[in-house]
Amino acid sequence: TRKKPDRMAWVNHLASIRDQKDRSAFAEVFTHFAPRVKAFLMKSGASPDMAEEVAQDVMATLWRKAHLFDPSKASVSTWIFTIARNRRIDMLRKQRRPEPEDLTWGPEAEPDQADILALQQDSAKLTDALATLPDKQRDLIVRAYYGELTHSEIAEATGLPLGTIKSRIRLALNRLRHQMK
Amino acid sequence: MTAPMTEIKHHLTDALLIAYSAGTLPEGFNLVVATHISLCDECRAQMHEYDAVGGAIMDEETPVSMSNDSFAAVLDLIKNGDVAAPARRISSGHFPTPLQEYVGGDLDAVQWRKVGGGVRQAILKVDKSASVRLLHIPAGVSVPDHGHRGTELTLVLQGAFSDKTDRFGKGDIEVATQDLNHQPIAEMDVDCICLAATDAPLRFNSLIPRLLQPFLQI
Ligand SMILES: [Zn+2]
Ligand SMILES: [Zn+2]
Repeated sequence: TRKKPDRMAWVNHLASIRDQKDRSAFAEVFTHFAPRVKAFLMKSGASPDMAEEVAQDVMATLWRKAHLFDPSKASVSTWIFTIARNRRIDMLRKQRRPEPEDLTWGPEAEPDQADILALQQDSAKLTDALATLPDKQRDLIVRAYYGELTHSEIAEATGLPLGTIKSRIRLALNRLRHQMK
Repeated sequence: MTAPMTEIKHHLTDALLIAYSAGTLPEGFNLVVATHISLCDECRAQMHEYDAVGGAIMDEETPVSMSNDSFAAVLDLIKNGDVAAPARRISSGHFPTPLQEYVGGDLDAVQWRKVGGGVRQAILKVDKSASVRLLHIPAGVSVPDHGHRGTELTLVLQGAFSDKTDRFGKGDIEVATQDLNHQPIAEMDVDCICLAATDAPLRFNSLIPRLLQPFLQI
């Protein structure tokens, strides 16, 4: 059986990179994630060379922007996915992807430890939920993220198990609502 | 920009949110999605969920070896220094920040052009995969009856409009597809301002707008 990466350990690695410029923590993050980013980009249509270049760029961005990672909003794998997605759009599609504006509360307080734990556990559950989906359903979702389906094709796809993959990250919404008060 | 006072009733579809998260939407649609999410914490939470789905998919990939000198190359890249925390993007004006970034300012910076019947529009510059415009529809006025060849997203920024499907108020988004023919009409009392994107030309049901279509780029 495959050893499950411990999400909180990755969160702590990111904190060491941010606070101590910890090269060995960075090397571990690189060893685990860079080959997965490369695999993801190749499945999304990038050539091996391009995927290598973008994956390197993603890892450099992770080092530089470690202070922007919020573990109460995303797991490390989710955060890396969003960096890889944005770099892919920049470099492969040469297109802009406007981001929503920031939330109005602030200044950025240190996120609550309980919020961080709950979010990290939720995203572990989401990974499990995806892994246990029937192949056909999982395939549809994965193809959407590889960019093989347009939004209309996603809308028309029957049997997309949205109920299963949604509401796994309960906390995101609860936390937002809570903070809006 | 604070959340609108009125409850948002009409939200983004799952398909749009997934495609936004996957990064496969036309630029013009990205703009409408980002603008809606700026106004809607419910869709913002959903966006985080769909980003998490992307993270889970990436994390489950079978690793592909990086080249031998890869880690050294990354260390070289990061020598170029750190990045400062970006300024918080929070709007204090009428428009959410993603829209302001495309307009080049707030509502008062919009370069309106008359398109007939009192309706004005301002086309925003995006790549060719979809067109996106601001529409200013005077209170009580309707836009011509039309159908859709692709998908049309209409986000209300001020006022409200109604068509045969429902009423759309501030923050609401209507997702119209081939099945729908409609004639949106702005509510009385206040002019309606919308952000609208289409990935295929509209199909006007009467002659005059059809003749004007090339000039309106709609
Ligand atoms: Zn919404
Ligand atoms: Zn329409």
